[in-house]
Amino acid sequence: MVRRLLKDWKVRLGVAVFAAFCLLALLGPWLTSALLHQSPTRLDLNAVSSPPSSKHLLGTTASGQDVLAQLVTGTRESMLAGLVASVLGTFIAVVVGVTAGLAGGIVDSALTGLTNVFLTMPGFALIFVISGYTRGGGPVVIGIIIGLFGWAGGTRALRAQAMSLRNREFVLAMRMLGESRWRLAMSEVLPHLIGWISAMFLGGFVGGVLAESGLAFLGVSDPSTVSWGIMISDAQQGNALISGMWWWFAPPGLCIALLGASVALINFGVDEISNPRLRGANRALVKRAQEASRAKEVSHAR
Amino acid sequence: MLSDTDGGVDARRHPEEPDAVPEPPRHPEEPDAVPEPPVLEAADVTMHFTVRGGLGRTSTVKALEHASLRLRRGRIVALVGESGSGKTTLARLFALMYTPTSGEIRLRGEPVGPRRGRAAREYYSEVQMVFQDPFASLNSMHTVRHNLARALRIHGRAGRDDIEERMHALLERVSLTPTRDFIGKLPHELSGGQRQRVAIARALAVGPKVVLGDEPISMLDVSMRLDILNLLARLRDEEDLALLYITHDIAGARYLAEEIHVMYAGQMVEGGPTEEIIQNPQHPYTRLLLGASPDPARTLTPGGSSVFADVEDSGEPPNLTDPPPGCRFHPRCPFATDSCRRAFPARTELPTGQWVHCWLYPSGAST
Ligand SMILES: Nc1ncnc2c1ncn2[C@@H]1O[C@H](COP(=O)(O)OP(=O)(O)OP(=O)(O)O)[C@@H](O)[C@H]1O
Ligand code: SF4
Ligand SMILES: [Mg+2]
Repeated sequence: MVRRLLKDWKVRLGVAVFAAFCLLALLGPWLTSALLHQSPTRLDLNAVSSPPSSKHLLGTTASGQDVLAQLVTGTRESMLAGLVASVLGTFIAVVVGVTAGLAGGIVDSALTGLTNVFLTMPGFALIFVISGYTRGGGPVVIGIIIGLFGWAGGTRALRAQAMSLRNREFVLAMRMLGESRWRLAMSEVLPHLIGWISAMFLGGFVGGVLAESGLAFLGVSDPSTVSWGIMISDAQQGNALISGMWWWFAPPGLCIALLGASVALINFGVDEISNPRLRGANRALVKRAQEASRAKEVSHAR
Repeated sequence: MLSDTDGGVDARRHPEEPDAVPEPPRHPEEPDAVPEPPVLEAADVTMHFTVRGGLGRTSTVKALEHASLRLRRGRIVALVGESGSGKTTLARLFALMYTPTSGEIRLRGEPVGPRRGRAAREYYSEVQMVFQDPFASLNSMHTVRHNLARALRIHGRAGRDDIEERMHALLERVSLTPTRDFIGKLPHELSGGQRQRVAIARALAVGPKVVLGDEPISMLDVSMRLDILNLLARLRDEEDLALLYITHDIAGARYLAEEIHVMYAGQMVEGGPTEEIIQNPQHPYTRLLLGASPDPARTLTPGGSSVFADVEDSGEPPNLTDPPPGCRFHPRCPFATDSCRRAFPARTELPTGQWVHCWLYPSGAST
């Protein structure tokens, strides 16, 4: 399945960009300190608000911090928040949604009620209040809060999918073999939800990054950490936009956009792959379209 | 319930066949046949579905009324009837997918209730089903190997050392050879007929005594149908399987089955040895069916165009949320009388081994 996925250029591009960010998050801070001898917090008072130069590849902030070093460190913090938020959020959504859809009856009613409660809660406001209460607390805490309050959206889709899968004949046939409920869920139903789940995971990831940035921008964040959101927030407070210090706010903004785009590209491919029939249909459709256009050309040529 | 069907219940209840007794005295259904007890049996089962309409209103679909059917070792029983007559419902009752509204399913005479876990597994080690659409009944994401391996593992029919060997043997039994080419395939890499063979192999993997086939050939290419029918016949002969064969196609039923049972709108109307039913149908509905068939005495045309399309010209089958009282065929029956509208007739056994539910035949005229 992975190999088939990687045949798609969109997926390859998306995965490459995403992987680059992951690598950056893992190795970046070490690279900046070991190779560029920069730290995200050290103030270089000789070069305040300086544009990109050979010494500071992405320039410096208004207080003389190296933007590249900040960006790289921020990658780690932002992605950690996204990862925690999406792992937690997707896990809860899958457990609640699939259980509700497969079990039906009273279990379903209870879980659907719970989902609706979380769905109607003003999520971001609550996240805002709670993270204000926990004083930001760093990317992991923010990720946990985002995950805990953000799982409900995808749950309904998963429940509906699981419900329709439950009565499909291949599930009935495996049940008639005596397959246990656990295996029916894990091995017959879940593989059909991979598309949904990975889309939710990746969407949750970007959502987590965005939410973290949003919170940081609004000032609800641990000021001793550096994340993309905090960079943008600092840049805004430092009047970077007005004084034309694009190197300060553009890189973190671009990183967020790039990460979002890479995720969207991967999702396109996953959608196609997780549904072999759709894929076949697409191919048949493309072929027919090609034939049609060829026929048109031929008739024009005559 | 105050509906007229209740009257039908009483009229139809045979004096010699009280439903409450677990082991009723058996009729000599086929006077000269083996009196072997059935492996699987539906005893007077009724299935009403409650469906929720809009605005919280509910209605009841009376899908199956007082149906009885017995499956015996090494014999194929064909169940024919037009769309919506309750054939699948009966098969699913045998598969324990629903709990009957009344009546019971018996395995070797023992009533079976709803089952879960190990008890369900035990039942399914004897009763398996082959579905109509082999694309829908095989998980598109799993290989042939997965399907067979799970079946063998769940029922402890293969250990680590011999599982490969057993899977190949199963594929051999359903003529998917060379087996090496098929075992790793995904459903979409197989033709409809091949997929249905995989589904049959999966059912056989548990070593069942009974296989329920719900229109197993109707979705296949015409060229594949005869092969699958022959495969089923071979399984009956070689493995002594009891088979329920649900179909629209009377010619196919004649080719394959020892017995034919005819259903109409949730009621069993006639049944008996295949040739008797074909040559000598008694119930007005069966006669209509066979009369509409281009050539009732035709030998097999595995293409099997449904005769029901022609029959439907003479009237619609009834709405099962509000079925006609008594014999549900009466709105279309040229012989209908007042008793037909009042109550469903009891089973009348004929000397030919047939039975029929029709007021034209003197009630209780069993041999
Ligand atoms: N789960 C269910 N809930 C409600 N109604 C049902 C259900 N299953 C079947 N029915 C209804 O019961 C009736 C009998 O259906 P069934 O599927 O048994 O017919 P069938 O003889 O198998 O028809 P076909 O030849 O089309 O397969 C139909 O009117 C159908 O709508
Ligand atoms: S004669 Fe009466 S009982 Fe017999 S089929 Fe016609 S309506 Fe039904
Ligand atoms: Mg059916």
